Amino acid sequence: MLNLKEISVRFGEKQVLDKCSLRLEKGERVALTGPSGCGKTTLARVALSLHNPDSGTVSCGFARIAAVFQEPRLLPWLTAAENVNLVLSDSARTVEEARAWLERLELGDSSTLYPSELSGGMQQRVSIARALAPGPELLVMDEPFKAMDEALRDRVLRVTADALGDAALLLITHNEREAYALGCRVLRYRDGCFV
Amino acid sequence: MNPALSKALRRLAVAVFWLMVWQLAAAAVGKELLLPGLEAVLKKLIALASTGAFWRTLARTILRVLTGILSAVVLGVLTGLLTHKSRLARELLSPVMTLLKSTPVASFIILALVWLGRDAVPVFIAGLMVLPVVWANTAAGLAGIDPQLLELASVYRFPRMKTFRRIVWPSVLPHLRAALRSALGLGWKAGIAAEVLTVPPYSIGKSIYEAKLYLETTELFAWTAAVVLLSFLIERVILRLVDGIGRKERAHAES
Ligand SMILES: Nc1ncnc2c1ncn2[C@@H]1O[C@H](COP(=O)(O)OP(=O)(O)OP(=O)(O)O)[C@@H](O)[C@H]1O
Ligand SMILES: [Mg+2]
Repeated sequence: MLNLKEISVRFGEKQVLDKCSLRLEKGERVALTGPSGCGKTTLARVALSLHNPDSGTVSCGFARIAAVFQEPRLLPWLTAAENVNLVLSDSARTVEEARAWLERLELGDSSTLYPSELSGGMQQRVSIARALAPGPELLVMDEPFKAMDEALRDRVLRVTADALGDAALLLITHNEREAYALGCRVLRYRDGCFV
Repeated sequence: MNPALSKALRRLAVAVFWLMVWQLAAAAVGKELLLPGLEAVLKKLIALASTGAFWRTLARTILRVLTGILSAVVLGVLTGLLTHKSRLARELLSPVMTLLKSTPVASFIILALVWLGRDAVPVFIAGLMVLPVVWANTAAGLAGIDPQLLELASVYRFPRMKTFRRIVWPSVLPHLRAALRSALGLGWKAGIAAEVLTVPPYSIGKSIYEAKLYLETTELFAWTAAVVLLSFLIERVILRLVDGIGRKERAHAES
């Protein structure tokens, strides 16, 4: 279970999050929406313990956590397959498994390419493959389906939905259709929190 | 013509050009004592190379210089890690490294001669030249690590060793390579300069010193030629090795 209690974050003069609480049980799926710059990524970073809130508490009982960041964040010195394998055993044992995930995301032909040889949208899909591969208990995705055309997005959404199982999902998106496709309860930003 | 071949040919032509300039200059001077010709130097080099002492001398000098350089690389990487982690260490060590860089090598050689045995001075001096460069580049490499990748490692709960091997080391490696590229030559030359001043038995420096003592200019040139060739070879081999480390790490994940 992920439990964010009365989280407040301010950057300089700007109160981004104001006593914002959010609970995520096993298998629960929630989408955060709101205008650009409102604080969606900030809340995700707090949930991932990457940012210490000014006040409030974070407790996370999930052991395996995966994230699709707003940027692909691939290791430039590893190939696509190696980047996925990195979060598996990171050894020869799971290379095939890593390739299979890339295949599911329609990157079968690109598994030996380096990130610099992939387009932005392809890198994003490698990053999604990397997040789904370890079968996380908590998956945080920050605008994961941008830079994809309609048809591809639908297929990637389906792969994601199939892979989720009973993982808890915290999805950030500008597109409520994506949220519904993944079975998320949609929360909207209002006055420093998501309701 | 294929570009690699044409490049090699151009290089060869440049080498031939300068060798001819040397040869003409030697002919114009006309005194082997002042400027020996190419042929005389080559003959001398071959004569030297047919003695066991020559190879023993090379081996001992290489051993001294490489010992110094390798120790300095290890120490430089370790201090780089230390000063990256600790602000106090950084504040304490930065001025020392700057001092090392700007003090004339001759001062260090004389000092080291007072402190250390003859055989140890070239080792120490070669290392001293390399240390600040390796330290500075390691520190730059560490400072340049992408914080987003470290966040990734934290979210996916990488063990420390994995973070080091997969993120830290690959970020530092190119800087280390650049450090070696610029510092190897430095260490090599300073090590031999130290040998010239401390004349340890079986050393290139001692041979150079003696050639100068007996006004054997041709021999001086022959030894110098050997040093230049060696320095070139060693740089090649070591950079290859450094690349090898990087590649092995890549191949490991691939296989
Ligand atoms: N490290 C930081 N330093 C200062 N201000 C920051 C920092 N990170 C975020 N902010 C500010 O906090 C606010 C919320 O940022 P955040 O990235 O959470 O927005 P977002 O909702 O994810 O927007 P988008 O949809 O554009 O990604 C913004 O006004 C931003 O300027
Ligand atoms: Mg954002």
